Amino acid sequence: MPKAKIHRKSTSIDMTPMVDLAFLLITFFMLTIKFRPPENVKVITPSSVAEVKIPNENILIITFDTTGRVFLSIDKKPAKIQLLKDIGQKYDLAFDEKEMKEFGMLADIGVPIRNLKQWLSLSVEDRKKNCPGIPCDSTDNQLAELLTMARKASIAATGADLRIAVKGDRKASAPTFKKVIATLQSKKINKFNLITEGEAKPQSLK
Amino acid sequence: MSAEVGGGEKRGKKGKKRTKKMNPRIDMTPMVDLGFLLLTFFVLTTTLATPTAMPIIIPAKVDNNDPPPDKIASSKVITLLVGEKDRIYWYQGTENPEMQLNDFTNIRHTIFEKRKICEQKFPNQKDPFIVIIKITDKANYKNVVDILDEMTITSQKKYALVEPTAVEIEMLEKYRVAAGLSL
Repeated sequence: MPKAKIHRKSTSIDMTPMVDLAFLLITFFMLTIKFRPPENVKVITPSSVAEVKIPNENILIITFDTTGRVFLSIDKKPAKIQLLKDIGQKYDLAFDEKEMKEFGMLADIGVPIRNLKQWLSLSVEDRKKNCPGIPCDSTDNQLAELLTMARKASIAATGADLRIAVKGDRKASAPTFKKVIATLQSKKINKFNLITEGEAKPQSLK
Repeated sequence: MSAEVGGGEKRGKKGKKRTKKMNPRIDMTPMVDLGFLLLTFFVLTTTLATPTAMPIIIPAKVDNNDPPPDKIASSKVITLLVGEKDRIYWYQGTENPEMQLNDFTNIRHTIFEKRKICEQKFPNQKDPFIVIIKITDKANYKNVVDILDEMTITSQKKYALVEPTAVEIEMLEKYRVAAGLSL
């Protein structure tokens, strides 16, 4: 009588479909990813039912956080460099090539104009720690100053005017928000966007 | 047998060449490992939820040369004072207004209710109802966005963001103390 043969199953599985899928996902994420320079301020925005997506080009964002600090950021590198040149001219500060380059890479500005040169010489980590915010009180409104200069610089460098958006932390105080609004109002910017997180519109409405 | 050249080509029977068959499978484990590493990296670093933009229009700065604004019937107006701890104090009209308390979950119904009454009162006018939003200094930014959002949700067309007056702050304080609400 012949011996009963035990059929041995191979232990290896065909992983080809899984690997295919993995590479597909890699390709997708690689193409959709957008690298941004590290921000000096982190805020958690409130949510709203607004459905309009924020434009990602030629945008000026004024950010304010819980401690009342105000930051300003523009996205285009040439506009940023032009802005620094303008600042240098107006405030008699000489910025060299290296500082221009550093400024072009910057995500946001969070210091008074006078401290800009010294701030740029710091390392990325130290810059984050030494951000008192841009003064925007009625006595010394440098935010208004920077707003005008940034718009001018953008038109000069890229030919496009900047859209204005305001981004605040949900726990930030109302007076900080009012301060920013008053600054915009004084510059005759009466139409702008608030950056929020998406939220579903409630369905049960009378 | 002569020295072998080219690795086992000339072996065995003469004349017959036996080419060594290459294994067509390559070990792809390192590549797949790296692939998954990259995948993990990209998954963790991407943010898919793009922020949305909420449009806001604020009134232009009042110039002294501007003509005084038109008067509106006070019964058409509701004033919402956004206060501390997500509280909304509201009143209607201007003659001895009665302050009332509400919050962000119920203010919607108040707006709907008052708007209905107002629309019945002025049937010939388009959007007669006006909401005035006043943000006190004790509110936070989330409240500001939430109340503006309520205007979108209730499709309230006429509303304005105005600074509260000293009288209103006083009224609000008086109401708060009388109602025994903590700050």
